[in-house]
Amino acid sequence: MKKIVCMVIAVALIFTLAAFPVSCSRLDTVENLEGDYTGLEGTTLYVMNWGEYISDGSEGSLDVVKAFEKVSGIRVIYDDSTPSNEAMYAKLKSGAVAVDVVIPSDYMIQRMINEDMLQTVDTSKIPNYKYILDDYKNLYFDPQNQYSVPYTIGMVGIIYNTTLVEGTPDSWDILWNEAYRNNILSFNNPRDGFATAQFLLGQDINNTDKALWDAAADKLKEQTPILQGRVMDEVFNKMEGGNAAVAPYYAGDFFLMKDVNEDLDFFYPKEGTNIFVDSMCIPKSASNYEGALMFINFMLEVEVALANAEYISYASPHTGVRNHEDYSLKDSQILYPDEAHKPRTQYYHDLDPEIRAYYEKLWEEIIR
Amino acid sequence: MKTFNRIVMVVVYAFLYSPLLLMVFFSFNSAKSTSVFEGFSLKWYGELFSSSDTLEALRNTLILAVASALISTILGTLAAIGIFRVRSKFFKQTVLAVTNIPMMNPDIVTGVSLMLLFVFVGRLIGLTEYLNFWTLLIAHITFNLPYVILNVLPKLNQTDRSLFEAAQDLGATPSKAFFTVVMPQIVPGIISGAIMAFTLSLDDFVISYYTSSGFQTLPLKIYSMTKKIVKPDMYALSTIIFVTVLALLLISNIFQMRTEKKQAGVS
Amino acid sequence: MKKSTNVFLNAPYVVWAGIFVVVPLFIVLVYAFTDANGNFSFDSIIALKDYWNNFLLSLLYSLVATVVTLIIAYPFAYALSKTPAKTQKIQMMLVMLPMWMNLLIRTYSWMNILDQNGIINQILLSMKLKPVTFLGTPGAVIFGMVYNYLPYMILPIYTVMAKMDNSLVEAARDLGCNGFNVWRKLILPLSMPGVISGITMVFVPSVSTFYISQKLGNGKIMLIGDTIERQMQALNNYNLGAALSLVLMILILVSMFIMNRFADSTGEGGVVV
Repeated sequence: MKKIVCMVIAVALIFTLAAFPVSCSRLDTVENLEGDYTGLEGTTLYVMNWGEYISDGSEGSLDVVKAFEKVSGIRVIYDDSTPSNEAMYAKLKSGAVAVDVVIPSDYMIQRMINEDMLQTVDTSKIPNYKYILDDYKNLYFDPQNQYSVPYTIGMVGIIYNTTLVEGTPDSWDILWNEAYRNNILSFNNPRDGFATAQFLLGQDINNTDKALWDAAADKLKEQTPILQGRVMDEVFNKMEGGNAAVAPYYAGDFFLMKDVNEDLDFFYPKEGTNIFVDSMCIPKSASNYEGALMFINFMLEVEVALANAEYISYASPHTGVRNHEDYSLKDSQILYPDEAHKPRTQYYHDLDPEIRAYYEKLWEEIIR
Repeated sequence: MKTFNRIVMVVVYAFLYSPLLLMVFFSFNSAKSTSVFEGFSLKWYGELFSSSDTLEALRNTLILAVASALISTILGTLAAIGIFRVRSKFFKQTVLAVTNIPMMNPDIVTGVSLMLLFVFVGRLIGLTEYLNFWTLLIAHITFNLPYVILNVLPKLNQTDRSLFEAAQDLGATPSKAFFTVVMPQIVPGIISGAIMAFTLSLDDFVISYYTSSGFQTLPLKIYSMTKKIVKPDMYALSTIIFVTVLALLLISNIFQMRTEKKQAGVS
Repeated sequence: MKKSTNVFLNAPYVVWAGIFVVVPLFIVLVYAFTDANGNFSFDSIIALKDYWNNFLLSLLYSLVATVVTLIIAYPFAYALSKTPAKTQKIQMMLVMLPMWMNLLIRTYSWMNILDQNGIINQILLSMKLKPVTFLGTPGAVIFGMVYNYLPYMILPIYTVMAKMDNSLVEAARDLGCNGFNVWRKLILPLSMPGVISGITMVFVPSVSTFYISQKLGNGKIMLIGDTIERQMQALNNYNLGAALSLVLMILILVSMFIMNRFADSTGEGGVVV
């Protein structure tokens, strides 16, 4: 008898768990579309993006990919399993995959242009391109604006826990402060990791002088004993849970952490910091060029760009978003600092292979 | 001694299950966090079931696990019987040594070497895309095969050859004799091999990472989140899987105990 | 008839293993001895000299993890084999079940438990004790290995213990053997095949792990798995990655060989699964 009761409970449990929430459906229609999304019904589009880097319909947001499929009739293969710019580059370079739209960061776009891996993007077929702010056109990596359409902008800043940090810090040197021994986190990737030391030392983050890289490496080695760890995604759990006092990370991600832990605060170091632009590009291997243009145009629809900006919470290069009355981060001094509070910023450039190999080797020595 | 045994068991179970309990706990978090609990909520379960791509990833994972377990079980069982029947010692030892390689090899080497093979072959025959569902399936079958073979082979070694011969003497064809006499004896080995293959495929992420593209499985999806943040909906999904498997285990155990009782009653 | 049946049974697997096991091994070999342009080169092999520390550290950690796992698994498997036969099957499944959950999520959960302000430290604080730093220490990485591979040690040891003839133990006792001697002279040798098999199944994946060391080591502990992962994925350096893999493979094979020799000399031979 007892067993039968057990069994009934188990079965009931499975069914309730499996059945109850199916009723919720996601938002997948966009009201005011400007572009024309007809003519490519039945084709397939392969989009490669980072994880959690598009509004996906969760928590009442717009499901962008679904909405695009619905309006265009194009089947989207959306692949967000790539963990880094380098991994994406490796996959595209090996030719193992044919991708129609990718969203690399600035320095990687530069490398991909140099290595002839990207196609020109015909902006005349992207009417919504008019929304892109002039500040983010003709950037160093794509001076004639031929290959890329800006998607998000980010800046690196320092997140700290006000209950654990005294006063209001303003410099990279907080990451070297003995007082926070074992409470400091830093980046677990070479470029961002080196930049923390390079800014503190007043170096150009794109210098090609090996002696300067050596100096930065020494600075980082000096930091190692007081470091709690080198992290990437773990930073969310650690800062939210009050496990560390201070960590450098990307500005937009601070909002996600702040939502969970009220004690967190954020600043841009006075020595300057890194700014990055992630842009939409079309690789040479693309098999649906027209579809790619259509997708990029869709991503620039005001409602879509707004949904993405809210979801990702990085800064947007889209005028329609920045001036939108519903945009909750419109007045954020962190994303859109006014002239008086604007930090000095520098982009990463793609360095030549020799310097790259050199700093990667140094990095290996640091993290070992 | 008895109390010592009991303590050991309680401690080990607590050790094995404490992170899973935490996972279940945080799946009910109202905040978008897996480290700070703000309040009880079912919202991540709601998110889960309205998210088509998570369910697709779950479906993909199951398709892959079932397909690779099935194929490797068939292929592996045939191979085990073949290896068992071959008289040549040299052949036997060579095949068994090769069988051991994917087990001895760390996942990362298996994954990487297979990726290199796929890219090489793809280039050779002029494909535009080298990685897809089929390469992923091949990779999974490859690392599942040894587990099937090494589960079936010992059972074959335990079978009584004379029974098989007796059946043939009594007029059964070799294949009939095999299916009626040998097969029932090796079924437990086949089943445990299949379960092991399914388990391995279900949670593999290292090998899948290097051999797939466009076909997203759950482990790949969860890993992709690690650039930004791992959302609690993945905890919710794992909780459901956990509870379901636990329930199935209980049910099957109860059924088994009942049939055993019945059999005991008959005899 | 018999011969052709054998060919029919063996051929699919032999062909499969040839293409997908043996050929990839040769590819690893080729990449290890060439440079980025595909020319023959010893560069990657020479570069290996920088990584000996890495290899040694990985071997050391996984060795310790294997020993700890054995110390936990052995009494557990014994205790399990002494529980009522009816519950043993389901208990075995309960031991395996955690492995069906995602490795990444399990590891994240451990991070929550062991972090600076994690569950254990909060308990310590509430008891007015000093918090302890777990994450980022070698201990945490070894802990992670033990947790993840414990079931693979329990499973084979339990299997041999369950098959063990209880009357032998009773006979030994009747003949005047004390508890320790029964264990040393009878139970231990009889359980050896399971132990050997368990050691293999724990040691091999531990040596090459990269996720566990990265997360529980707070990014401060680089094992060989992390290095290979970094070379292949972040630096796109397949040649060095292949060379490292090759050495790792050889190290594992040598370790297994030594262990099997040792096992043979104790009288009960071979790896059983």
